[in-house]
Amino acid sequence: MYPEYMAESLRKVVQTRPARLELARKSGPVYPPMNAEERRAVLEGFHPDFESSARRTVRVGPNRDESLTTEVADLLESHSWLRSEQVNLDRPDFETDLLIIGGGGAGCNAALVAMKDHGMRSIIATKLRMGDANSMMSQGGMQAAVSRTDSPTRHYLDAIGGGHFENKPELVRALTEDGPGVVKWLEDLGVVWDKQQDGSLKTMHGGGTSRKRMLSCRDYTGAMIMRTLMDEVRNHPDMIDVKEFMPAVELIMDTKGHCAGAVLYSLDSEEFFTVKAKATLIATGGYGRLHIRGFDTTNHYGATGDGLVMAYRAGAKLMYMDSVQYHPTGVSFPEQIAGFLVTEAIRGAGGQPLNKDGELFVYPREPRDIEAAAIIRECAQNGGGIPTPSGRVGVWLDSPLIDMLHGDGYTDKHFPAMYRQFIRYGIDIAKLPMLIYPSLHYQNGGIEINERCETDLPGLYVAGEASGGLHGRNRLMGNSVLDYNVFGQRAGRYASEYAKAVKIGKLSLAHLDSFEKELAAAGVQTELVTPVLLPSYAPEDVRKRQLLRADNELPGSSVLHNRLHEGKSL
Amino acid sequence: MARAPTEAKERLITVYIMGKACEVPAEATIMGAIEYAGHQIIRGAGCREGYCGACATIYRLPGDYKIRAGLACMTLVEEGMTLAQIPYVPAEKAIYDIEKLKPNVSAIQQLYPSVFRCVACGTCTRSCPQGLQVMDYVQAAKRGDIAEVMDLSFDCVVCGMCMLRCPAEITQPLVGILAKRLYGRYLRKDSPELAARVKAVEEGAYDAEYAELMTMSRKDLSDRYYARDTE
Repeated sequence: MYPEYMAESLRKVVQTRPARLELARKSGPVYPPMNAEERRAVLEGFHPDFESSARRTVRVGPNRDESLTTEVADLLESHSWLRSEQVNLDRPDFETDLLIIGGGGAGCNAALVAMKDHGMRSIIATKLRMGDANSMMSQGGMQAAVSRTDSPTRHYLDAIGGGHFENKPELVRALTEDGPGVVKWLEDLGVVWDKQQDGSLKTMHGGGTSRKRMLSCRDYTGAMIMRTLMDEVRNHPDMIDVKEFMPAVELIMDTKGHCAGAVLYSLDSEEFFTVKAKATLIATGGYGRLHIRGFDTTNHYGATGDGLVMAYRAGAKLMYMDSVQYHPTGVSFPEQIAGFLVTEAIRGAGGQPLNKDGELFVYPREPRDIEAAAIIRECAQNGGGIPTPSGRVGVWLDSPLIDMLHGDGYTDKHFPAMYRQFIRYGIDIAKLPMLIYPSLHYQNGGIEINERCETDLPGLYVAGEASGGLHGRNRLMGNSVLDYNVFGQRAGRYASEYAKAVKIGKLSLAHLDSFEKELAAAGVQTELVTPVLLPSYAPEDVRKRQLLRADNELPGSSVLHNRLHEGKSL
Repeated sequence: MARAPTEAKERLITVYIMGKACEVPAEATIMGAIEYAGHQIIRGAGCREGYCGACATIYRLPGDYKIRAGLACMTLVEEGMTLAQIPYVPAEKAIYDIEKLKPNVSAIQQLYPSVFRCVACGTCTRSCPQGLQVMDYVQAAKRGDIAEVMDLSFDCVVCGMCMLRCPAEITQPLVGILAKRLYGRYLRKDSPELAARVKAVEEGAYDAEYAELMTMSRKDLSDRYYARDTE
């Protein structure tokens, strides 16, 4: 239930609702969408990426001297868990055709395509369980141009405009052109899409879409897709070897400069294992759990940017790692679910963001960076926010409009997950608005790829959120679910073709030594050891007591060392 | 506008994490409480938002004989609660080729025959943290009503609490996944426009438009973008 002091503001929301409902029933926008100039102004004035300390120059590696998100630069300027001489590469512990790092949507798609279409064996090495990934958590949907009024090229235009015309065109074409085929492929695997009576797919708007293009599986879209993919992967234990709680900590190269596998670390036994692979796919997802700029995050527990740092040390270039996506509507209250995602489909279905006076202040379906910056502006500059008891702030997202627009019971039926999340705290979202504020959501950039998922390094493929270029500096809703499916499948295809022809040479971790030398030459002083693997949520006093044993940690447990050091947000 | 009251000093309560007393914030989720106590969760946390089922937890409250089940990320602590996480429930997933199954009771009989051991006690339904009608979908599975199983198990997060408590040792979540896949593969109504669109893409119907868009100057592309109509 909302605290008593919010009652006055809630009354205003009720008062302004009839007029806003009228607006929503008309065909035009309920609030004027911004033009290019207005978009630029709100971004530069209020998007967290534009704060002066948000970016800094990275001093080492393939992107040296470029300005990157500060926390990313910190992450990249760090030490490996391993020193090359510690690892015996003569007899790898495992050998396979395709090593897939990450057991989310991209990884599972790749393994299935590699097996079904190319007869390739793979190992999926994943940090937590298969499916412990942001892929599982997508609520609102997947974009694909399937309706009669839509087309793949219109999807292209929406995506590239949402990304401020900086997206790599060939990637956007791959995404939008493969989209309809992916819908069919998933359906044949058993995904239950929301449909109309006549069998056509139900479509909704998302931020920045000019046609209704969002396909859904109630508000468990990611879970439905992910569970189907996982189930199919588990149907082929002879071809796909799933290694859970076994994150990769470094890539292995060969002396000819091919990527040739990785070193894994068992979270259970703290052992390291070497995998030799003909081709390697990074499908490790994003970095929300780095809590960039102190933001709450919508991301799953393991989203710590591991793939970025492994690829970077090996020499792969990153793209657009100066850009962070804050989802406009994260939960601000109740505190227990602060930062949790409120699906954009709530706005797609007619929900409106409102200030404390119950007034609209932004078009509800601007692209995400614009919408988020406008909400921050409303709170920071216009004093339109509602403070929460724990010191957060938020604006209303008027969800009761949805049942008024679509009929009683619509919210319960189409947003069961959202309903469940709030009713536990006595808030019925069909009757009361939600209090929301932007939440750290997505890594817009990543390891640069082409439309074949290839990187600078032969044999290294990347797909999904870990990759960079597709979304420019701003991804639209529903394009990440499509991304992990389209590019997961492409990675499976092209990595398989490569693996059939390649001859791997002598294995090497020499790149770790060169990177250490580069750190020293650049005068970087850091105690950070990466990949981070898991964040710590122990309170400060607990961490101080834990620190007492940190200096005696064996290298194998140095994952703990990072988490124990005081003052590091990581 | 009323001001938010200044944060009162955090009220602590006692909970028993696997029997050990810990002082934790009164308003915390179980997951928040475990982390507040200093544990680094490795198994037992996943999405942290109620979608992945990694954090299933069983608990009892003082003076109450009932065993309760909840997701640690979603359930609030209570004074005197004693709890243990159950991050994994052993279960044998049937291996199958979806192309060789029929969407009726034969698939259930062949892959998950334990379903027919159901004694309709309702323990599964009572132990579901999602509040699903688990027993009803088990009954539907016995009848071969695949659509009903799909519908009732749609929101299952596979935390495993039902199959842990089931006296008939049925693996309900796996039956749900099978039924959803069978429904999606065989019982859906096909979309005529989807098939047409896939065919158009294969035939290169959009090649010319793509070629034009991909070679436009940024200014022309921007003009086209801001001038586009919205449905």
